[in-house]
Formats: sequence, C-alpha cells, structure tokens
Amino acid sequence: MQTNEPVSVGASGSARQNVPLTTAALAGSPHRLRKENLISKLMYGAALVSVVVSGLIMYALFSEAWVFMRDVDWAQTWGQIGWFPRRGIYDMPTLLIASFWTTLIAMVVAAPLGLGAAIYLSEYARSSHRALFKPILEVLAGIPSVVFGFFALLWLAPNVVANIGGAGGRGSMVAAGLGVGILTIPLVASISEDAMAAVPKSLREASAGLGARKAVTTLRVVLPAAVSGLVASMIVAVSRALGETMVVFMAGGAADAAVRTITPYDGSLTMPAAMASLASGTDQVVGEGLTFQSLFFVGLVLFLLTLGLNLIGDRFVARIREQY
Amino acid sequence: MSSTATILDAAKPIPERLVMPATDHLVDSLDPEPHPPDDAEDLPTAAVVFDVDAVSVYYGEFRAVQDASLKVHEHEITAFIGPSGCGKTTLLRCFNRMNDLISSARVTGSLCYYGVDLYNPQVDAVEVRRRIGMVFQKPNPFPKSIKDNVAYGPKVAGLAKKGPAMDDIVENSLRKAALWDEVKDRLNDNALGLSGGQQQRLCIARAIATDPDVLLMDEPCSALDPIATTRIEELMHDLKTDYSIVIVTHNMQQAARVSDRTAFFSVEVNADSDSRTGILVEYDFTQHIFSNPSDERTENYVTGRFG
Repeated sequence: MQTNEPVSVGASGSARQNVPLTTAALAGSPHRLRKENLISKLMYGAALVSVVVSGLIMYALFSEAWVFMRDVDWAQTWGQIGWFPRRGIYDMPTLLIASFWTTLIAMVVAAPLGLGAAIYLSEYARSSHRALFKPILEVLAGIPSVVFGFFALLWLAPNVVANIGGAGGRGSMVAAGLGVGILTIPLVASISEDAMAAVPKSLREASAGLGARKAVTTLRVVLPAAVSGLVASMIVAVSRALGETMVVFMAGGAADAAVRTITPYDGSLTMPAAMASLASGTDQVVGEGLTFQSLFFVGLVLFLLTLGLNLIGDRFVARIREQY
Repeated sequence: MSSTATILDAAKPIPERLVMPATDHLVDSLDPEPHPPDDAEDLPTAAVVFDVDAVSVYYGEFRAVQDASLKVHEHEITAFIGPSGCGKTTLLRCFNRMNDLISSARVTGSLCYYGVDLYNPQVDAVEVRRRIGMVFQKPNPFPKSIKDNVAYGPKVAGLAKKGPAMDDIVENSLRKAALWDEVKDRLNDNALGLSGGQQQRLCIARAIATDPDVLLMDEPCSALDPIATTRIEELMHDLKTDYSIVIVTHNMQQAARVSDRTAFFSVEVNADSDSRTGILVEYDFTQHIFSNPSDERTENYVTGRFG
C-alpha cells in the first residue's frame, strides 16, 4: 500500500536530492492516524464497559445490603435456630456452616483429582493419551451445573452418600459437596496443567540429567516452579465452589429455609443456595420487611469472602514463588 | 595446508598446557580410521570410557545419526564438531540416555560404557545419569538457591542429607567449578541472580556434585560472552584430571583449544527422501583433524570453505 501523498522522498536517489525534506512529508497519513485513534478508543470503550458493569453490580449489592445492615435487628442474624428469612430470622452461621462443608468436601474431591490429572497430562501422558484426555476434561468443564445437580441428587446421594454414612434418598451437604467437587475437577486440572506446562523444559532436563526420576523431578522442580499457578487454581476452585449455586440448591437438601446443623449428612442451605431460593418462585420475594434486602446482605458476605481469599492467595504466592 | 594453519592461528593463543606434544608424529598419518591407543604402542594408553559401535539414532522414521563408531578415552576431552543438524548433540545425548526423554527416539548399534552396554534393558537410565553428568547449552539452574542447586543431585541420589556432609559436597563442587570464591557469601541467594557465565559454572558444579565419571557438555559456551567462555575452557582443562569430558561445540577454535580428540560430523542429504542424516566423517587427535585431516570434507569444514 502506498500513501496518496505526492512523492517527495524515496522515489529515487535524484528526487531525494532535489526536493528538500519537509515535516509535512513525514507527518503521515491523517486518514490512518484517525483510524488508529478510533480503534484505540473502541478498545478502551470495551474495557470500560466491564469496569462500569462491575461498578453497577457493586452499587446494587452495597445499597440494598446497607438497608439491611441499618435496619436489621442484629440479634436475628446470630445464634438463632436457623435461616428463615420470610419470618425475619437470618441466622448467618447456618449458611456459613453449610458453605464451609460443601466447599471443604468439594475441595477434598477436586484438589487431589484435579492436580493428579494435571500432573499426569503435563508430565506423564504420551501425546496420544493427552489427545484423548484433554477433550474429555473440557467436555466435563462444559456440562451445565444443573446436570451436576441432578447427578448429585439422583446418583451420588443413593450410590455414594448412602454408602459413607448418609441417607440416600435426599439431598445433603455431602451430596452437594461431592457434586460441586466433580464440577470443579476440570477447573483445577486445566489451570494447574497450564501452570506446569509453563515450566521450562530445560529445568526438567537438568533434573533428569542429575539422575532424578520423573516423580522426583515433578515434586522438587516442576511443582515448586509452578506453585503460583497451582495456588491460583485452588483459589479459583474454592471461589467457584463457594459461589456454585445450582448444584447446592438442588442437591443440598433444603429450600427456602434451613435449621442450623453442623452435621454434613443433613440438608442445609449454602449462601448462594439461600439467595437462589429467595429469588426464585412466582411470588418473588415476599416476607418480612427486610427479606428482600437479606438476599443482598448474603451476597455481600459471599463477595467479601471470595475477595479476601484472593488477596490472601496473592500474598501467599508472592512469598513462596520460584521465579524462572 | 596454509589455510588450515590460518584457522589455528586465528584461534586465541593456545596455552602451552593445551598443546599435546605426543601426537606430532601422527600428523603425517593419513589413516582415515580413528587411532585406538592400543594400536599405537608408544602412546600412553588411556582406558576407553565409551565404545560407540555403529550407533544410529532415529526419531520415529527419521534417522538423525547413521552408523557412528568411535572410542572416548579416559581423562581426555573429546570434541564433537560439525555443521547444524549433523547429529552431534543427538549422539551426545545417547551417552547418558537423555534421548529416552523423547518418546519417539530409538537407538541401534552398541554403546558401551566401561564395557557395559548402556542400552541393555536391565540398565536403568537414572543410574547412568548419576555417573555421567550433563551440562546444557543454555545455563539452566533451578530457580532455587545456589546451595540448593548444587545439593539437588546428591540429595536425590541419597549421597548426603542436609548438614555438614552436604555443606562439604557443596563447597567442594563449587571450588572445582571455580565458583566458590564468587558465591561463598551468598549461597542462599537465588541462582538466577548470577551472571550467565556464573550460572553455567554453577551448572557444572551441580553436575560434579553427584560425583560422576564423565561430563557431557552440549555447547556449554554458546550462550556466553568471550570472557565467560575463556573461564569455562580453563575450567574444562582443570577438570580433565578428574573427569572424562565430551563436548559438543559449534566453535572450531574452541575444539582446537580445549580438546584432545575431535570427531567431525557432517550432514548427508538422502537423495530419495530428501531427509538429512548426520554421519561421523572423521575422528582423530585434534591436532591431526585441524592440521592434516584425512577426509576432504573435514578439511573443507575446518578451513571454513563449508558449513
């Protein structure tokens, strides 16, 4: 592509000598400069949208949660019998305990299986095996969580939970936790595998050259070098498990309201399940004066928990990271 | 022959200790075969470390090295030279079975290490690598402390646990690699804070720490500046008393400066399939290779007419 400017420079040696160089000759095409400018503005706009939307979400969350916090009788949020928002009883420990159990059980399932799958794919698998396993993991990651909800309720509960001490016929925190755990495996596996694949091959060769077996190389060289990505995968997985709604709503064994229990074999409501219960139904949210706002308060607590987790994770990673 | 002399002159002045006086009379020999020491009775006969016999290396269907045969001798520096793609690194990586890491790689022929076939199914590559250390083209220290880098091999091999015994190994290895004085006050600092030349000497120290018999060096100076290169070359000369060294180098002057024997590899283009195979053209005392090569291809290469 040539510019439409009259040729003053560069056509031939003699032209160059005869025509004195001017600033205008080097000024560039105004048309192209405008185009470049426009593109950069469009990209800025795209980036801005996500910032603005985040801001709006925060505003909606905080403004309604603020109403709740200002007007609520705080005695109703602690030390009550359970979570009965339509009757004005907002026992937060009920939800926190349920969220804690399901997340813990989910991570007990997802962390070792996800990490193991990542180590296999990144360090051990032959390329033909990798070509088989990776798409299957990706399919697993793409299954809608409502399917996992059914799976947890109709298969995990009678076949697994019933065999490890729980009741088979209904949902429970264990069933929900197992379901969320399986849902989270591909997430852990793919982020962990990316982190391990980013470790330079030369480090593996150095280790092998010193007489280290593959397991030793993986444990002492690859995993330490990949640790920031591994911690990141765990944090993302915990955030995902904490925020997962559909599986815990369907398989958690409670709807609308729950009595506080610390036994994971019981049904209960996690924070997002409580929010989903409140917001669903044809009557929208009807109840006591603050029932609607309590939904936002729970959302705020959930948001702060995940945020705190990410901050702690970042600081932890900065401290132990092996930079290569 | 004037042009070959130019190559040697163009090299940095060879320290006297690097010149081999005993081989001058071989310069006139035109024997294309390598000179096994037992044929030359007036030479000190060094034990054979590697006996490579008709070794070919394949990556899948592709033959990277064809029928290479040579003997590597104890306490000598053996250099592999040749143009890119001639299979010299591939052959070097057979010596400690590094090619095992590539699933498609396959080795035929016989490769004996002190008389033991390295590719015998009973031989464990991990054991081989503990005896035959390797230094790579690019310095590749672990992103750990200087001390942990050196201690890695001994720890993995169970030679020593943490404590004074390990500290001794670390210090001795770093001293042998001529790095101790530069790093003794910062052993716990990250190794990646060292300069490139220091990192490469750390990698040599790391390889020495497992107490190997042989050091394989794959173009150890190609990522280094001339001063660091000189230091590594001096170091190699010092290490020769304790170890046998095989070095792959792109740099002919380096081979001329440091090595006792040189193997020249070349690329043969297969007319049928257009594939390129590395072949060993000539293997002899370094002085012979550079001053009076038997093969025309060697002469063309060392005089700079090819490659």
